[in-house]
Amino acid sequence: MERGADRSPIIPLNALRPHQRGIVIELAGGRGVLSRMTTLGFTPGAEVTMVQNFGHGPLIVLIRGTRVALGRGEAGKIRVRIVDRG
Amino acid sequence: MAETTYTVALAGQPNVGKSTLFNLLTGMNQHVGNWPGKTIEQKVGSFTYNGTTYRLVDLPGTYSLTANSIEEIIARDFIIKERPDVVVVLVDAATLERNLYLVAELLPLPAPVIVALNMMDVAEQEGYKIEPEVLQAALGVKVVPMIATRNIGTRELVAAIDEVVHHADEYAPKRPEIRADHRQVLEEIEALIAGHVPEPYPQDWVALKLLEGDREITRMMRERMGEAGWEAVHEVLRAHDDALVAVASGRYEWIGRMIRAAVTRPRAGQIGLTERIDRWATHPLWGLLILAAILGLAFWLTYALGTPLQDWLDSVVVGGLAALMSSLLANEPLWLQGLMIDGIIGGVGTVITFLPILLIFFAILALLEDTGYMARAAYVMDRFMHLMGLHGKSFLPLFLGFGCNVPAVMGARVIESHRARLLTIMLAPLIPCAARMAVVAFLAPAFFGEAATLASWGLVALNLAVLALAGVSLNRIAFKGSLAAFIMELPLYHVPNWRTIGLTVWQHSLAFLRKAGTIILVVSVIVWALSVLPGGGIESSFLARIGHFLEPLGQLMGFDWRLMVALLTSFVAKENSIATLGVLFGAGEQAGLSELMAAELARPTGLAFLVVQMLFIPCVASVAVIRQETGSWRWALFNVALLLAVSLLIGILVYQVAVLF
Repeated sequence: MERGADRSPIIPLNALRPHQRGIVIELAGGRGVLSRMTTLGFTPGAEVTMVQNFGHGPLIVLIRGTRVALGRGEAGKIRVRIVDRG
Repeated sequence: MAETTYTVALAGQPNVGKSTLFNLLTGMNQHVGNWPGKTIEQKVGSFTYNGTTYRLVDLPGTYSLTANSIEEIIARDFIIKERPDVVVVLVDAATLERNLYLVAELLPLPAPVIVALNMMDVAEQEGYKIEPEVLQAALGVKVVPMIATRNIGTRELVAAIDEVVHHADEYAPKRPEIRADHRQVLEEIEALIAGHVPEPYPQDWVALKLLEGDREITRMMRERMGEAGWEAVHEVLRAHDDALVAVASGRYEWIGRMIRAAVTRPRAGQIGLTERIDRWATHPLWGLLILAAILGLAFWLTYALGTPLQDWLDSVVVGGLAALMSSLLANEPLWLQGLMIDGIIGGVGTVITFLPILLIFFAILALLEDTGYMARAAYVMDRFMHLMGLHGKSFLPLFLGFGCNVPAVMGARVIESHRARLLTIMLAPLIPCAARMAVVAFLAPAFFGEAATLASWGLVALNLAVLALAGVSLNRIAFKGSLAAFIMELPLYHVPNWRTIGLTVWQHSLAFLRKAGTIILVVSVIVWALSVLPGGGIESSFLARIGHFLEPLGQLMGFDWRLMVALLTSFVAKENSIATLGVLFGAGEQAGLSELMAAELARPTGLAFLVVQMLFIPCVASVAVIRQETGSWRWALFNVALLLAVSLLIGILVYQVAVLF
């Protein structure tokens, strides 16, 4: 069932399941981490697709056409709104 | 000559094929050095077109131009302070959106920009349709489509460079603007700093960087304006601490407009090669097995191909040279014969036989890097590195250490957190470098015969076990703190470029030969001189005296004075221990060093020697870069003391246990 984008739940990126897509809502973290995240394309409004997430260890997402590996903790600092359920 | 030379800077994000393009443009007309005062490699080359000479400067690969790393500072300082006539920014057409971020950062700077749109073939495979003319119109700068790996578009790029330098006044880029909700605050800052911005920094750029919270620019302006003037700026900045994300979002919004105009993607998301490989290569279990297999294969290849070549060089080239020299010098004084044959040929010759092993290892490393695999290795190692309080990125410099510890220590720069970088540097010398492995490859057959390969693997495993233990304990005791952030790009896999790999190997080999020709030559001669002076044979030489002084310590490991001296000289360069042993055991035309050592030394002694050799203090070059990279002698000396204690303790332990059997 398709839900209105604004009513979908907002979750940390590391809770996104493989093939699920999300829209970046907000980022937290120190200046250095934030700067590197935004440079690689994690800005509010960007679409991310989870590529690999085994529930533990680092994960891989697709953002702006690039595969990016992220530590679990770092991914937890990015909050996304689920776009659809994969 | 009246002819003018123009300077072209080559910028680009990592993994876009910058070295391929650089090599294509300059060929052998290139020089590898360091950026002034930095240990980052700088490549400068030249090419001519229509009678004009161009100096091409390769800027470090960076994702952005914000002061997050030394690379980024070098790249932007060069553009702002050296004012190149053109900046060519190489972008990957297949990941255009992210790549245009660097373009968005370059356009506000004073130098004219040309966009070289590389990997058009890969972009097409991925289903993108890109219209370079539309992008050119949207950006207001020249856009040259190319496929650097197939030398397509190079000529057009050079023609574009030529046109831009000769018509500099026609350059009119459409610069990205800040997001509307932050335009006012940017103007406020610009008004506050007006008149305080030092030459040659553009005022509007400085204002933007202040808003982004750039460390370097903030420090610079704070010093310039004094506390009173700065306070007003600081006030504005504090009220807009979300500006960093807003500025980046603004750039990506601008990029979005460019992309919408110039790129269509009729068929998106078919499963590409990268995704198929990564299902295995990044899997928590299979990925590790693949990594282990690749490493195993790399070492097997290195030694299977390298050892016969090494033997051939040793017996035919070095042996032949020694024989030739001794017949030529038959009528010359004995000291001259000794100096030439034992000192120079014996020392440097043996070291040169390491070249095949180094060459093959560097080739494999360059291949893994160039295909895009290395990032996957970092990814699968991440969870293990966590045990040591490090993350996946630390694996990359440590892996480099198998070639040489010096680039490993310098490579630790990719790690952003100071604490994790320091710990990685402290651990790097425990990775057995090619020079140490070559010593093992040379000596292990002497002591272990058929079981030499097994013994070599055991020695490597011991080093890695010590590294892991040291990592876990250092992390517990000395490096308590939070983990650094792990974020890295996993580039698309692609077919390696043999030219790039070839040139990399060539440069590494040249650097090694230069070292063999200088430091090692000098040490070989010094060791030889110390071994014959003050006269009356090696047993009463200065070298023997030093060795005898240390012998009581050596006895605990079954070492005689000669082995202690060999260890000492390995401090200068690891491969020296072979050269030293060659001199001390009197190896020459009659019998090779390995036979002599096998005959004279017991197996426990041999084993203990190899163990200590593998774990011993880092070589002079490594100590020097540790000092440089950590910024203090304290860490360099701590590292030496740590490894000295660890190697001797384990050496004693191994010997005492081995003699029981």
